[in-house]
Amino acid sequence: MGDLAAEKHAKYILLVEKRKDDVESVLMEHLRINGAYWGLTTLDILGKLEAVEQEKVVPWVMSCQHQSGGFGGNEGHDPHLLYTLSAIQILALFDKIEVLDIDKVSSYIASLQNEDGSFSGDIWGEIDTRFSYVAICSLALLHRLDRINVEKAVKYIISCKNLDGGFGCTPGAESHAGQIFCCIGALAIMGSLHYVDKDLLGWWLCERQVKSGGLNGRPEKLPDVCYSWWVLSSLIMIDRVHWIDKEKLVKFILDCQDIEKGGISDRPDDAVDVFHTYFGVAGLSLLEYPGLKAIDPAYALPVDVVNRIFLR
Amino acid sequence: MHGRPRKSATPVDENASALKAAKIRSLQSQFLQNHHNKMYKSYTKEALEINAKLIEVNPEFMTAWNYRKLAFEHSLSSQSEAEKGDSDHIKSIIDEELRVVENALRKNFKSYGAWHHRKWVVSKGNSSTERELRLLNLFQKQDTRNFHAWNYRRFIAGMKSISEEKELQFTTDMINDNFSNYSAWHNRSVLLSHLLEKKVEGYFPKETFLTEEYEFVRNAVFTDPDDQSGWFYHLWLLDQTIKLDMPILASFWPPPGSDLNVPIDLDANKATFPVILYFNEPVEGVSSQTITVQTEYDIHDNITWSPLSTNKFGCALAWVTHMRIPHEELDSSKTYQVKISSEHSQGITSLSGVSLNRPWSFAFTVSVCQHLQPAEGQSLGRLSLTDENFCTIDTNLNMTALLKSAFQFTNDDEQPTSSKWKSEIIASEISQYRELLSWAECKIGKLTLARLLVAYDAMITGTQFTPSIAEEVLQLLTELMKLDPPHYQYYKDEYSLILLKQIAVILQVTSSKESLLKYCWQYKESTSLNITGPTCLRLNSLSLSRIGSIEQLLWVQSLDLSHNQLHSIEGLEALQLLSCLNLSHNKLGSFMALDPLRFLKSLRILDISHNEIGAHTVDTKRYLCSSPLSHKVAFDKNFEEFANGDAKVMDFWEPFSIFGGLNLIQLDIMGNAAVDERFVLFLVKLLPALKWLNGEELH
Repeated sequence: MGDLAAEKHAKYILLVEKRKDDVESVLMEHLRINGAYWGLTTLDILGKLEAVEQEKVVPWVMSCQHQSGGFGGNEGHDPHLLYTLSAIQILALFDKIEVLDIDKVSSYIASLQNEDGSFSGDIWGEIDTRFSYVAICSLALLHRLDRINVEKAVKYIISCKNLDGGFGCTPGAESHAGQIFCCIGALAIMGSLHYVDKDLLGWWLCERQVKSGGLNGRPEKLPDVCYSWWVLSSLIMIDRVHWIDKEKLVKFILDCQDIEKGGISDRPDDAVDVFHTYFGVAGLSLLEYPGLKAIDPAYALPVDVVNRIFLR
Repeated sequence: MHGRPRKSATPVDENASALKAAKIRSLQSQFLQNHHNKMYKSYTKEALEINAKLIEVNPEFMTAWNYRKLAFEHSLSSQSEAEKGDSDHIKSIIDEELRVVENALRKNFKSYGAWHHRKWVVSKGNSSTERELRLLNLFQKQDTRNFHAWNYRRFIAGMKSISEEKELQFTTDMINDNFSNYSAWHNRSVLLSHLLEKKVEGYFPKETFLTEEYEFVRNAVFTDPDDQSGWFYHLWLLDQTIKLDMPILASFWPPPGSDLNVPIDLDANKATFPVILYFNEPVEGVSSQTITVQTEYDIHDNITWSPLSTNKFGCALAWVTHMRIPHEELDSSKTYQVKISSEHSQGITSLSGVSLNRPWSFAFTVSVCQHLQPAEGQSLGRLSLTDENFCTIDTNLNMTALLKSAFQFTNDDEQPTSSKWKSEIIASEISQYRELLSWAECKIGKLTLARLLVAYDAMITGTQFTPSIAEEVLQLLTELMKLDPPHYQYYKDEYSLILLKQIAVILQVTSSKESLLKYCWQYKESTSLNITGPTCLRLNSLSLSRIGSIEQLLWVQSLDLSHNQLHSIEGLEALQLLSCLNLSHNKLGSFMALDPLRFLKSLRILDISHNEIGAHTVDTKRYLCSSPLSHKVAFDKNFEEFANGDAKVMDFWEPFSIFGGLNLIQLDIMGNAAVDERFVLFLVKLLPALKWLNGEELH
């Protein structure tokens, strides 16, 4: 399996950022700002963020802002909560949140809370607990949680709790590790984890580990490196991460590296991408792999960045 | 990028990719141009065709779906008068949208944008239920676990008022096709919960259908015990069978009928004692309005109940009030009656809003303890917490009265027939799973059997625990640790909980003095007796990885949990009498793991030496404790003032928030990565009452 090819992964991310001529890059254009967040956070965890010129990144992020205050996935794209969080996270990495018109951005986010406490992703009304997380995480990073009805936001998330202790996109929807991260993360940020049945959910989450050591996102599904993040961060937030075999998971993630060209894939020997490279490296950071910066399980940003925002 | 093999691209591949990319790029820029050209409202046929092509190559291009919604609204609002009355015209607009969605879903049936667009269009009305169900059947057959399709199915069922029983039948059919369908089991639990809640005929009372469900899921689990699909459903059924429908008072302190002797705090010249209420689940609304306190002296005006938990919403498993004996009574030798009761306890509710409406009350007496004070000027020696300083307790002491803190909860409200069917169902499940284990060595069989046994025993004996059953459960968990090593710690934690339950029962029943003497000890050196109380509960060196049965231990003043494997002390906050605590040689990994200590205002002696505080980059308590990160508390500005440039804010805010409110006189903390010279200086400054630190006397 070998060690983490940190240098190679950093190089891979810097290269992907410049590549524009292949189908994969074009198909990613609509969520370029998410891609930038994944890539930049990976570089920061690897201790290589200075390789990026923030003088170029910050103006580009701001160019994705829409007049409503929300951000699009790229220049000229419609605004959506999913992209707004990435924009805020990127600015947080560079300690540049102050370039935002914070009231305008928070007004945009707060305007998307519905009467029942849920959040729509944008003006077109798709409702999903992913958007609850994104809105709550964004507002917390901007110190503007008071702009929404937190109690109702919590109640809505709780209404999405299932038989297995997990959470789905909407009330009645099946539990899924990605969705569980969103709900647990949002509840963590709102100081409401006491609503979670930690033992029941912890058992479901720890049973996501399959024989190869990798984690899947739902019962009877294949393992995938991205769940190293979704499952692990949730297990950490509810203090049940000791219920899985961490060494085996480290091995699985390292087995998914392209040790020649850099990057990490969903499963061993599959094609790599920025998304899985981020989740692989972030997962290793949660597993206390040596040489990596610690990442915060709720805000999905390096711990030093989060502490800089909240502990001063 | 999921499931695509990794391979090096050949020059031919690269060329092809570049060509295709150029084509998509051109579509994207044409589309964005049209999108921003709103001045002309240019939803022309050409523009919509470009949009449809773009969506076909990339169904995740969200802005493209938004454009279609704008175009859709535009075409409805700009209809001519003739078109408005023409339902075929509207239908054709809707059909076109549904066609585009269907194409996108065929390309990527996990596209959030496509599914939402379909919901959005269908919500406008004029769509055929038949067609939507046909499409769903197609997708749900292709991928039986597609959660988008299942979500869409629930949406259509709700919108078209398809009955829950019909949908339940659909899950039965899906499971009969292939029982390895977690999505179907999940949906079944959702539908059944609704039917149960509404008390629909055939689902109420629940015994009949529960019996059938146990059999249904048993077939799945027994066919392939390694397939997880039925595991969680079975656990849910068990929970439906045994759960109480409302919160209850599980235990309390002081014990009923006890005679409390309260010492005077000489420094403050007052005498106080805690009253602890411990519920079976977190509750809110415990206050002087919901709890009645009757005493012979006038104290009930200023009674405040506080939740023992770190959330800011005022809910907790355990609640406490510190009652104060009036100043003028301190010299008297009178004994007072105190009665605590729940006359208005409907105001106490669980997190799901269910009221506690089973009445209870308990009474005890209180007198001020006029014991000998330490002689003037005599300094308090350091209390050694090592084995050498313990001796067997004097068995003449009336331990039974001391230990009886449990509230014997009886099932008297339950219909006897209802309990009977419950225990029968579980007994039958137990024999079924024993049968499974006789021919298959499987982990789910052992785990389920262990859970069934615990549930059965609790139902039969209440808070007791039959020794033979406890032994069998511990044996099953031991086997599981060997059988399933990746989840070793899960079983280990369960094992610890059972072990503690067993010990708690021994302490309660006190049938055997010998076993009691195994855990209850006395300090040889007695200079600190005022602080530690007469006995120390020693649960050391038991290899415990988790603590539990706290509700049985509310009486404990001195507790030794050293030489275990604890990484968490969650629950200890309820031990309001605790004054001496030994946690040395455990696995506590951060300062935040000590968060429960914040509530222990009586704590004077603490040993947390030889743990792992400061040794980890990941703190699993970061979001369970009080912290500005979880918005439970604001950042403490006093800290900056206190630190005064000495320590970096980031470095010591955690220990500041934990130790800052404690009144320790003896602390041992060496053997932790976080402890260095700078930290020791910080502690000395932070804890002015501290007399002994790491074995050395402070001046």
